[in-house]
Amino acid sequence: MRVPVSWLREYADLPTDLSTAALADRLTMLDLKLEEIDAVGADISGPIVVGRVLSAEPEPQKNGKTINWCSVDVGPDHNAADGAPRGIVCGAHNFGPGDLVVVALPGSVLPGPFAISSRKTYGHVSDGMICSGAELGTAGDPDGIIVLPEGSAEVGDDAIALLGLREDVLDLEVNPDRAYALSLRGVARDAAMGYEVGFRDPAAIEVPSDGSDAYPVVVEDPLACPVFVTRTVTGFDPTRPTPRWMARRLELMGMRPISLAVDVTNYVMLELGQPIHGYDRSALTGPITVRRGRPGEKVTTLDDVVRDVTPDDLLITDDSGPIGLAGVMGGQTTELAAGTTDIVIEAAHFDPPTIARTARLQRLGSEASRRFERGVDPALPPYAAQRVAELLVEHGGGRISDGLTSVGTPPAAPQISLADDLPARISGVDVDAETAVRALEANACTVEHEAGTLHVVPPSWRLDLTDPYDVVEEVLRYVGYDKVPSVLPHAPAGRGLSTQQRLRRRAGLVLAGAGYVEVKTFPFAGPADFDQLGIPEDDPRRDQVLLENPLSAEEPGLTTTLMTGAMKALALNVGRGHDDVAIFETGRVFLPKESAPEAPVYGVDRAPSAEEYAAFDEALPDQPLHLVLAATGRRERAGWWGDGRRVQWADAVEAVRRVASAVHVDLAVGGGEVPAPWHPGRTAVLRVDGAPVGFAGELHPRVCRAYGVPARTVAAEVDLDAILGAAPELGPRPSFSTYPVAKEDVALVVAESVPSQDVADALLEGGGDLVESVRLFDVYTGEQVPAGHKSLAFALRMRAPERTLTEAETATVRDAAVARAGEVTGAVQRT
Amino acid sequence: MSGPNSDYDPVEVSPLQPEEVAAMRDAALAAVAAADSLEALKQVRLDHAGDRSPLALANREIGALPPQARKDAGMRVGQARKALAEAIAERTAVLEVEAEARMLAEETVDVTLPTDREPVGARHPLTTIQERVADIFVAMGWEVAEGPEVEAEWLNFDALNLGPDHPARTMQDTFWVAPHKAAMVLRTHTSPVQARTMLTRKPPIYVVVPGRVFRTDELDATHSPVFHQVEGLAIDEGLSMAHLKGTLDHFAQAIYGEGMTTRFRPSYFPFTEPSAEMDLLCYVCHNDPATVADCRTCKGEGWVEWGGCGVVNPRVLIANGVDPERYTGFAFGIGLDRTITGRYDIADLRDLFDGDVRFTEPFGVEI
Repeated sequence: MRVPVSWLREYADLPTDLSTAALADRLTMLDLKLEEIDAVGADISGPIVVGRVLSAEPEPQKNGKTINWCSVDVGPDHNAADGAPRGIVCGAHNFGPGDLVVVALPGSVLPGPFAISSRKTYGHVSDGMICSGAELGTAGDPDGIIVLPEGSAEVGDDAIALLGLREDVLDLEVNPDRAYALSLRGVARDAAMGYEVGFRDPAAIEVPSDGSDAYPVVVEDPLACPVFVTRTVTGFDPTRPTPRWMARRLELMGMRPISLAVDVTNYVMLELGQPIHGYDRSALTGPITVRRGRPGEKVTTLDDVVRDVTPDDLLITDDSGPIGLAGVMGGQTTELAAGTTDIVIEAAHFDPPTIARTARLQRLGSEASRRFERGVDPALPPYAAQRVAELLVEHGGGRISDGLTSVGTPPAAPQISLADDLPARISGVDVDAETAVRALEANACTVEHEAGTLHVVPPSWRLDLTDPYDVVEEVLRYVGYDKVPSVLPHAPAGRGLSTQQRLRRRAGLVLAGAGYVEVKTFPFAGPADFDQLGIPEDDPRRDQVLLENPLSAEEPGLTTTLMTGAMKALALNVGRGHDDVAIFETGRVFLPKESAPEAPVYGVDRAPSAEEYAAFDEALPDQPLHLVLAATGRRERAGWWGDGRRVQWADAVEAVRRVASAVHVDLAVGGGEVPAPWHPGRTAVLRVDGAPVGFAGELHPRVCRAYGVPARTVAAEVDLDAILGAAPELGPRPSFSTYPVAKEDVALVVAESVPSQDVADALLEGGGDLVESVRLFDVYTGEQVPAGHKSLAFALRMRAPERTLTEAETATVRDAAVARAGEVTGAVQRT
Repeated sequence: MSGPNSDYDPVEVSPLQPEEVAAMRDAALAAVAAADSLEALKQVRLDHAGDRSPLALANREIGALPPQARKDAGMRVGQARKALAEAIAERTAVLEVEAEARMLAEETVDVTLPTDREPVGARHPLTTIQERVADIFVAMGWEVAEGPEVEAEWLNFDALNLGPDHPARTMQDTFWVAPHKAAMVLRTHTSPVQARTMLTRKPPIYVVVPGRVFRTDELDATHSPVFHQVEGLAIDEGLSMAHLKGTLDHFAQAIYGEGMTTRFRPSYFPFTEPSAEMDLLCYVCHNDPATVADCRTCKGEGWVEWGGCGVVNPRVLIANGVDPERYTGFAFGIGLDRTITGRYDIADLRDLFDGDVRFTEPFGVEI
């Protein structure tokens, strides 16, 4: 809401020495938050004065133009030292001798900034400039030079003040509950309250009526339209101009002056907050009827759009059909036109949700709908209609109808009752009941205080005041939010972070410790992403939670795999010249449920039951927390120590394994069916308690190419919820023997297809409890072993809990381990 | 090897004369002192303390002396041998220290060589700040609550006094899950978790809710369709705006240090009444009259916008099963992305989300 300060001062007796900045601060503390101060015309400086053209001699020029050599009287203070008028060259022709004009004298600065000085031009010394509206930063006077009406100013007057060229305009953010502040009247009322000064209500005017109708009105839906007032003006002169001050104010408010009749309706809306619609009476047929739209009906609104209307839309109609969307925008057929002499003024009150719905469904916001959907003072219509009529007649002539049509009555303001200590209890400020009463009366509420209870009736424009807590806010606003003391509450002892919350932190720390850098990407994805990952057309991972209004058509829904974001981030890093990159992210993926119900929508007068609450989560998609990591380049850097080491599939497996082991979860690393985007032969299936939780390994070469990242890029994606959810309450009990260790190395030859883990498992099993650990330390293929076989070298460490093992025992254990490996995997010991 | 002296000769031999023994000793000590390496000293030991050394030979002669002379000679030779042994030990220690020093000097490396063989990881500041905030509140006895990101429309809006036609509902640019009638949204704030908490726990409730939220803003330097919030909710008997202010002041001090404070400005949120915008004392200039005018962080205001808050609207309590006659509550919410960009003077919000590791790396694992 823009608020020119000089306009505000017309209604609120603000201190004369009050600065605009101080005023803005005070209004901000009254919930009218300053967005910015627009110091209009701050770059203009005088002398810019009113002058009278004494003579204007046309002088044709060689370039084909004709200039006027003018003599202009700018008054004794500004004429030449000898009293002679100023000689000024002017290229415009819409004025002549005797006209009052605006002259920018040498030394003045016009918007631009554009400094005016005496200069030689067209064979004369031009001693100033005769100004057009555009040159002064005001849009009026499309003809060119401003010609002031006779009697509106004196020669020598300061034109900056006269034309309102310099004005501080407050741009205030008006919250939805303060609809009344979408008017100068409302802002002025709060300003007057804030400074405890007088307030002059521009709506406090007489509304005479002889009881007859002005223009007949039928309201078919009184819930949606509780009040509808019409007043008429006849014999209006549509050729009369909008007064300059009014046009200027509209301009300062960001509106374009159009015609006197339209400008007056807009002016009164800004002044009082009541949207007004004017009809050309000659274009109306039959009574104005307010009703719901009917299927198939259309209306052409003032913005030249033909709109289909629905029963959700409230319409203004006459016998010809729809002539406007109620409270949103008028129709073309009945608009105020250049020849309109008889005007029907509409000032109505509409139900906010009805207007909000139409504005939303028609995608048509207007100054009117913005006010109606927040709630306009329902008592205003007759006063606003009167104010419009008076301004029309004052500036355009004609006469106001003797009668006034008024259908409906404004809804009665509610009475709100609250304990008189509620303001103190809720605000925490020590406000007594007397202060509360004073605060509410300052807000124009009617207050009765009896037996510890405040009975509050808000004024008609405070539709937001319905509940006791609303009243508390008004009291606090009056007393001052800065009076709220600071008291730390004492919460009962808490249980700290939940297990999952703690473990999630560990997972991130483990990965950061392992050299991975966390990124945050967006969860939006689409078919192109799945194509890049090589995910087949019929893969369930293409089944996304889709958005009704995605930001981009390429990403119509939420992702089902964190690889979409991670690969983009990895490619970005590679593209920016990072050779060695290792990143990770934890985030949710979104997995639609098959034939899930719609989410329920309940009332708000009570809480949903436990079953009703459960229905929310039945409807929502599964949203498990995943962990993704991706790496390319070197895992160990090159340096004086050597060439470093390129990242390999095993690093991805190890990273996930470390996360699992940090939270005591046994992560089984095995083979199995490996889908896109993975390398089918270099990717491990990761399982917890037998259930797959994800994959880790090398990416498919085609995927690397698709993202433009180096071949052999590695990655892992796992269901982090599944891994962390398997974490035991208690980790393993530490147990170790202090007796000496016995070490044996064995080399076993097995078929190449045998997973080394199977051999290790068999050794452990065969060796029994005395085997402390089995570790693979070498894999050999070559001449020493048969084709299609490999040699696995294991280090066995054996130890007994309560004694030193003998050599014979050690040999027995080793042989048992080897024998078991032979049974299970066909392993043969190399000799 | 010393052994029984078989060819006993009672004649006193010259090597056992005091002068001779002293000469042997002096020669030996001189040799020890002259040894300049452990190898040289080893040779000295062989020559002067070994089996064939003069002193050893002299020692062997002692047994042939008459008893009185045997005693004197034994004492002389013994003292000489002891002095030699001590000298050798001392010299050994000195030479060992010298040898070690030489060896260590030879092993010297250039310690300024790079050591960054292993890559260093880091955690995103939006993660660590969420943890930091959670820790501050957990220390006050609060708990951390969570909820889904695709959320039921009712929990995101209706439960929070944002009815279907509420103007604030259209103000929020919501991502709707298709089809619309599924009545699901990408949560526009973390507030549905407040509703879930009230619906599933009994007061007193003190929870803090960090999380990712969504609005249909196109990504640019100051807007993002995905951003992060932390909200707090307290429901208890007798809570007021003053407790809200106390909590926020404590929070501000825990994050930004002693002397930090907040201030309230009136505002409007459907879920709170009274509602307030809260400003944080500028953490750079502290509104110090000497420096505030030139402060870039607060642009000369002395305060920076921090979030919204208020007393929980009783309508919200009713919709979520809390008795408004018995309980009152307060709630607040803070944008974490702007907290990061403001605190670290990051001009472009997109840096937080494009995944360039150079953004995250400087943050390490703690904020």
